[in-house]
Amino acid sequence: MKVKVIFILLAILMAGFLLIGPAFASEAKLNEDPEIKERFKHLASELRCLKCQNQTIWDSKAGLADDLRKQIRTQIYAGKSDDEIVEYMVDRYGDFVRYKPAVDMKNLFLWVGPFIFMIVGGLLLIRYVKIRRTQTEEDNDTISDEDRLRAQSILKQGGDK
Amino acid sequence: MSRRVLPFAAIIGVVIMLAFFYRGLQLDPKILPSALIDKPVPSFNLPQLHDAAKSFAPEEMKGKVWLLNVWASWCEACRSEHPLFMQLSRTGDFPIYGLNYKDKQVDGEQWLRELGDPYKVSMSDLAGDVGIDFGVYGVPETFLIDKDGVIRYKHVGPISRKDWREIIEPKMIELNQLKGQ
Repeated sequence: MKVKVIFILLAILMAGFLLIGPAFASEAKLNEDPEIKERFKHLASELRCLKCQNQTIWDSKAGLADDLRKQIRTQIYAGKSDDEIVEYMVDRYGDFVRYKPAVDMKNLFLWVGPFIFMIVGGLLLIRYVKIRRTQTEEDNDTISDEDRLRAQSILKQGGDK
Repeated sequence: MSRRVLPFAAIIGVVIMLAFFYRGLQLDPKILPSALIDKPVPSFNLPQLHDAAKSFAPEEMKGKVWLLNVWASWCEACRSEHPLFMQLSRTGDFPIYGLNYKDKQVDGEQWLRELGDPYKVSMSDLAGDVGIDFGVYGVPETFLIDKDGVIRYKHVGPISRKDWREIIEPKMIELNQLKGQ
């Protein structure tokens, strides 16, 4: 009987934890315009929390992330566009604040590098296969006249024992 | 020909990659380059910590090379650079201004009473808004600002004596010799 009561209490406690998690993470306001809510979530998920580098501002519980979330919300209400808000963050924290940095001269190689490697690798592979193919064809052709005559005589005799 | 060139190219490729890895392993990913280097110092106007009726704006510092140190009483690492600042403040050659970041005024003042006050002026940034304008993401951080009000260097984390001797002091001396506009 006692065990059962403890079990139920534990279950309630665990259910409570499930509720706390999301309440912490999003702190989205109830009754907020769903469009604004969506923009806020989108922006906060695209920006990095500098304090805890592998989390987004949306995910992080760091004090700085909290301030930046407030900043984003304030700017949305002030009528700033998404681009303007991202620019505001990049001006202060650098490109690293974006999870998907814009293409510019500094990071161009990181964007196109993999494709360059793929093309160069592909070309090398094609060349290699071609070289191998002509080589095997050449190998097939290089039977000396002497060998050919011998082969013919063997075939005529019906094998040499 | 390609048979001889290919392995050679592969070895060069691997060596280049190893050079990048070697460099990458020595970098601290927690120290980010500041987006504000060579940009004008963000404008602000904050109440002074010791006297909220007075304010401070960076424009007052035109013509001087100065340090802006972001600190807080809740910041453990700030304690380790504090003795160095106390020493510097005694000579007075290198003015240090404090940005008391996300701290209660009482706590900030208490901290300075306990450990000594190396700052010419400390400003209260209770909400952390000015901190955001400076791209502050961890405390302590220190900005080196030149005579024209341009940020020349940013140090993340406590300044060790070695950092001071080898990086910041030479930079300040150099900037002091330049004429502002």
